[in-house]
Amino acid sequence: MSTGVAAQAHGEHAHPTGWRRWVFSTNHKDIGTMYIAFAVFGGVLGGVMSILVRMELGAPGEQILDVIVGLLSGESAVDVVASGAHYQFFNVLITAHGLIMVFFLVMPALMGGFGNWMVPLMIGSPDMAFPRMNNVSFWLLIPSAILLVASAFTGGGAGVGWTVYAPLSTYGQPGPAVDMAILSLHLAGASSILGAINFITTIFNMRAPGMTLHKMPLFVWSVLVTAFLLLLALPVLAGAITMLLTDRNFGTTFFDPAGGGDPLLYQHLFWFFGHPEVYILILPSFGIISQVVSTFSKKPVFGYLGMAYAMVAIGVIGFIVWAHHMYTVGLDVDTRAYFIAATLVIAVPTSIKIFSWIATMWGGSITFPAPMLFALGMIFLFTIGGVTGVVLANAGVNIALHDTYYVVGHFHYTMSMGSLFAIFAGFYYWIGKMSGRQYPEMLGKIQFWIMFIGVNLTFFPMHFMGLAGMPRRIPDYPDAFAGWNMVSSVGSYIAGAGGVLFLYIVYRTLTAGERVAENPWGEGATTLEWTVSSPPPFHSFEELPEIK
Amino acid sequence: MIFRTVPAVVAVLFILGAGGAVSAGAPEPWQLGFQPPASPVMTGIDDFHNFLLWIIILTALFVTGLMLFVIIRFRAKRNPVPKRTTHNTAIEVIWTLVPIMILAVIAVPSFRLLYFMDRIEVPEMTLKAIGHQWYWTYEYPDHGNFTFDSTMIPDEDIKPGQMRLLEVDNRVVLPVDTNIRILMTSTDVIHAWAVPAFGIKTDTIPGRLNESWVRIDREGVYYGQCSELCGIYHGFMPIAVEAVSKEAFGKWVETAKKKFARADGGAPAARVARAGGPSPRRPATPAKRGESGSRLGEASGGARAGRAGGR
Repeated sequence: MSTGVAAQAHGEHAHPTGWRRWVFSTNHKDIGTMYIAFAVFGGVLGGVMSILVRMELGAPGEQILDVIVGLLSGESAVDVVASGAHYQFFNVLITAHGLIMVFFLVMPALMGGFGNWMVPLMIGSPDMAFPRMNNVSFWLLIPSAILLVASAFTGGGAGVGWTVYAPLSTYGQPGPAVDMAILSLHLAGASSILGAINFITTIFNMRAPGMTLHKMPLFVWSVLVTAFLLLLALPVLAGAITMLLTDRNFGTTFFDPAGGGDPLLYQHLFWFFGHPEVYILILPSFGIISQVVSTFSKKPVFGYLGMAYAMVAIGVIGFIVWAHHMYTVGLDVDTRAYFIAATLVIAVPTSIKIFSWIATMWGGSITFPAPMLFALGMIFLFTIGGVTGVVLANAGVNIALHDTYYVVGHFHYTMSMGSLFAIFAGFYYWIGKMSGRQYPEMLGKIQFWIMFIGVNLTFFPMHFMGLAGMPRRIPDYPDAFAGWNMVSSVGSYIAGAGGVLFLYIVYRTLTAGERVAENPWGEGATTLEWTVSSPPPFHSFEELPEIK
Repeated sequence: MIFRTVPAVVAVLFILGAGGAVSAGAPEPWQLGFQPPASPVMTGIDDFHNFLLWIIILTALFVTGLMLFVIIRFRAKRNPVPKRTTHNTAIEVIWTLVPIMILAVIAVPSFRLLYFMDRIEVPEMTLKAIGHQWYWTYEYPDHGNFTFDSTMIPDEDIKPGQMRLLEVDNRVVLPVDTNIRILMTSTDVIHAWAVPAFGIKTDTIPGRLNESWVRIDREGVYYGQCSELCGIYHGFMPIAVEAVSKEAFGKWVETAKKKFARADGGAPAARVARAGGPSPRRPATPAKRGESGSRLGEASGGARAGRAGGR
């Protein structure tokens, strides 16, 4: 993607070329590029899985998974149906889809990709604070992804859901698949913790003269807050899944009541990580949206300090709401009351963000290239997901909606489509900067409309299914749910077509995109990355920029 | 930007759907809202949700409307020179305080509903629901402590009129207009006992005993499905509750006592037959079941639930 980088490198020390340039890379731009390429790979993999799931759920009864499992295992479809292997495969698909999209698409794209590329540029730093650790962070993801994908083909795969709840994940599913998935999470977690340390150190210590914390672009703020969330949340996940491993293999009973353990302990630990994790996915997205909206409104962000501290508040509150994922487990009623209150509070900083984006556009001179369309789409999708979140926060109503498709609709609108649209916005916004070549504008806009229609068609009917009572994670459903499921599946095919178009746009951009100058976006693009060439020089800034 | 209004139109349909009466205790094709409530708890949930629905639809419409206005009014063609406003303390205070007030308005009925739902102080009878991979066992401790298993009817045995994936061989029979306490546990992994029309969804967790309650408003058959991922056949362990008059319930109890074995002893013919016999929805040679069974056997699970239930 950034083929010009090595060519423009200055000569004090050797820069490896060829495969060494990538494998041994310590350059934040090359590593960022690898992260983005990896995220595209993860997105394709997780996206294909979601399409398979929607194909199976397109109509009641067995659709395609019995045939696929038959082809993979060499058994006849009748034998597959008799053994239930296609249902296990369905569980494996939803598990792998969730983990891949979280750990191998959204996190690598937002933190590893755009974070690595843009944070040093935006704060006027030549590189990340720990370039070699940066390399380790990326390369830990590769074995992690290999382990997860391999687990799907080992002994029936890990069909435990991305939440990996005990005891289904302990004595409920013997065999190496779940162990491999757990080790995969360990590696991905270690990778993210190293990355988080790197970002925090870089942002605190390597800002250019005059770049005070309160002058940093909001994307840098979002990465800083996210890095703290990663640093505090992932060790808890690591502890929880280590206990799973020892429960599975070494006879401990942390989560087994027969030995004095408690299955709920796992859920508390998991969601103490899991809730901050969903903010890890959305906070950098907020940062990108702020940059994009400001650029194409040709106005500075409205209420900058409020925006920055709203993210800090979301990060802090994100750690004290975890049990709203557990309203049905039998928590004490006063505990549930507390978690209702704490959860509702999150709506305050998030509405500050939504309103501030609109206020940024207010009075602006707005143009609508692809990144701005995706940013507007993200604000709309996030608003829809946000209001259903307010419904779900209430433990009373939540009883009727917990573990139904309403929840699936809610979280895909917020953290999934919110993040995905922000990733597309960021990609179109920065691809000219990163590659030196601009994307084809018309195709980008077409891709937006296809995606926008596709995802709304996919996820909006899920609210209806959930209200009617359709549980999540079932490979077949009562016939009454057929109608909306069919609509949802059709929507996913449309969104899938949008994904294929995106791959073509990437190819077109890199092979035939127009060369761009420093700043293709004009007066609205005021952050430092637009002051250097496209693609930027190896160490970005020959002299430290001075921020007035 | 016409499509932006589509979700709003759909959302209005959503309200109509929630209000339109559907009769059965089961989902209907193209249903938009909740199943019709059949208990005071679900009535409370339904009312509160309808209240919330107005708030969230108005909020979503307000934000979408603002966005559309800004997009049209401040597009570059119409407004070539951007303003430089970046602060307005008054409006920032307003958009912080107004959401707080809306949330306060939501929180009060939310807490009232939560505490109402929590438990029934003086139950008139108790039902125990015990989750297994992949069927339910029910016990009636106040009516002779008989017990039976409830397994889904496989597709090939479905008779006309029965609902695929929802019908079971032995329905739970319960009386209407009775405060019923439901105690729930599991013998293997976590399941969740859920009946949408009753507003009940409670995880059944090995080693724990959870409690919920229901007072069924009217006679009928009410369906639900396991609502916590519990393995391969998670989608195939439905719950079917047949609510009958108190007299009919009394008669059913008498036949059930003869038909089903006691939970605490004897040679439970039905249980043995169920546990030993292969079920079409379960693997013929269940290695996993054997393993989990040896750790937390069905019998000991049932006994544990019984002890904890204060029998």
